[in-house]
Amino acid sequence: MASFFLENQQIIYIVILSILLGIEVISNVPAILHTPLMSGANAIHGVVIIGAIIVMGHAHSDDYLALILGFLAVLLGTLNVVGGFVVTNRMLEMFKKKK
Amino acid sequence: MSTFLLELSYLIGSITFIVGLKQLSSPDSARKGNLLAAAGMGIAILATILFHQKDGQPVGNIVWIVAAMGLGTVVGWMMAMKVKMTAMPQMVSFFNGMGGACAAIISLVEYHSHPEGSAGYLLIVFLGLIIGSVSFSGSIVAYGKLDEKIKDVSSKALTYFNLLLLVGIFGILAMAVFQPAVLGGSVLWVLLTLSLLYGVLFVMPIGGADMPVVISLLNSLTGVAAAFGGFLYNNPVMLTGGILVGSAGTILTVLMCKAMNRSLLNVIIGSFGGGGAGGAKGAVGDQTVKEISLTDTAILCAYAGKVVIVPGYGLAVAQAQHICHELEKKLEEKGVEVTFAIHPVAGRMPGHMNVLLAEADVPYPKLVEMEDANPSMNSTDVVIVVGANDVVNPAAENDPGSPIYGMPVLKVWDAKNVIVMKRSMRAGYAGIENELFFHPKTKMLFGDAKETLGKLVSELKDL
Repeated sequence: MASFFLENQQIIYIVILSILLGIEVISNVPAILHTPLMSGANAIHGVVIIGAIIVMGHAHSDDYLALILGFLAVLLGTLNVVGGFVVTNRMLEMFKKKK
Repeated sequence: MSTFLLELSYLIGSITFIVGLKQLSSPDSARKGNLLAAAGMGIAILATILFHQKDGQPVGNIVWIVAAMGLGTVVGWMMAMKVKMTAMPQMVSFFNGMGGACAAIISLVEYHSHPEGSAGYLLIVFLGLIIGSVSFSGSIVAYGKLDEKIKDVSSKALTYFNLLLLVGIFGILAMAVFQPAVLGGSVLWVLLTLSLLYGVLFVMPIGGADMPVVISLLNSLTGVAAAFGGFLYNNPVMLTGGILVGSAGTILTVLMCKAMNRSLLNVIIGSFGGGGAGGAKGAVGDQTVKEISLTDTAILCAYAGKVVIVPGYGLAVAQAQHICHELEKKLEEKGVEVTFAIHPVAGRMPGHMNVLLAEADVPYPKLVEMEDANPSMNSTDVVIVVGANDVVNPAAENDPGSPIYGMPVLKVWDAKNVIVMKRSMRAGYAGIENELFFHPKTKMLFGDAKETLGKLVSELKDL
């Protein structure tokens, strides 16, 4: 237990601080922004695509399962990122002229 | 050098996510926040392709990676641009599912390459798989429900089965992590299948009106799945992005529940499905509604001092926001004061009505939030309810048996006259009767919102 904590101290700090930061960042959101915010957060978790790039990028050229699944993962991750940011932008364009 | 650039890019990415998310919580900075986060994402992705190394080897298979990204960009862009504003929540759910699937596949491939490792490693891989899969299948079902392709299915038995399934999944997980030899490699497929099943069954019973809350919950789940990918690769930007979304997404879900005055537990377990039609007070079958003609409506409105329009999902479906703006302008020409009363969950998602009306160039100050609209109801001459139902249902205030009891609503019955524009007497999203329709002050104007409003505008021109 103690060694786990000591070895992973920095990650533990990142996790705790990120959680608190997430809570803080969302305080005081007007109801009308709930959905664009949800959409923006959706796009941000598309960062998972980086894991897919790592998987596929370091797959051996004869590991077909890794290559095919890796391709699929990168494709899906890209959909999340691109679709997410574009949809969010469209939702927010409606606020452009007014406020 | 390249490690430095890589880690620096990850730091930049993390900062853009944090700042971008903060900016997204205010109307003035929201657009910039979105673009900022997108830019940071781009930098992190590019840096990974260029500089990432594993055991000293740089990223290979670049052609395939770029091809997959190219295809994803084209398809994602087109899908996001083509979708109608009314279908936005479905899209958010769909893209969320894509992220979840991505996380699950990462775990799949990693386990396939390295089926053995420490308990910590196995825990991370399997949790990424489970959470990603639940999020994926759940999001697809949510997409189907909002698109009205999937019906609600609910039963007490299902609730218990889901609980059992969840316990089972975590039981198998514990075995797989601490006693891997016992279950062997096929545990991967077992966990995958059970998780996908759980995602489906978890979302199935939840009523359509609660979907935005569920999508927000699934959104934060995918964030957590992404974070597990971050643990796996010791990748700071995946960690930050994932946990930020997991945490912020959870708070957002709670905020959405508060706006409906329902607890999250209530949404997940006690869905509308069970209590719906049975719970409402008494029978309304023998009550009749009063109808009003277009001409009379026009006269009533033209000579009113103050008119409040309450938009709902029916407005969105009929795409009547532009003609609604026409009505507003016509009435103002006649010296009537017109405002729009917006309920926080009117439509299919928070902010839905605001977005539609903004698209129709309705000036922002005319959109009044519920807390400000309710007190001025008794000085309002006419309230025109356009395709809204549950958000103006008095049962929320006076019928403890009603599924929507306790939800804050727009008290339109305090005004002098209420005109309800609806296609038919069919129930709204919550599937319950609305006593407002039988109220002495209420008159019904049946028809498609766009048509009715159009005819109303013509009548006003003649007055």
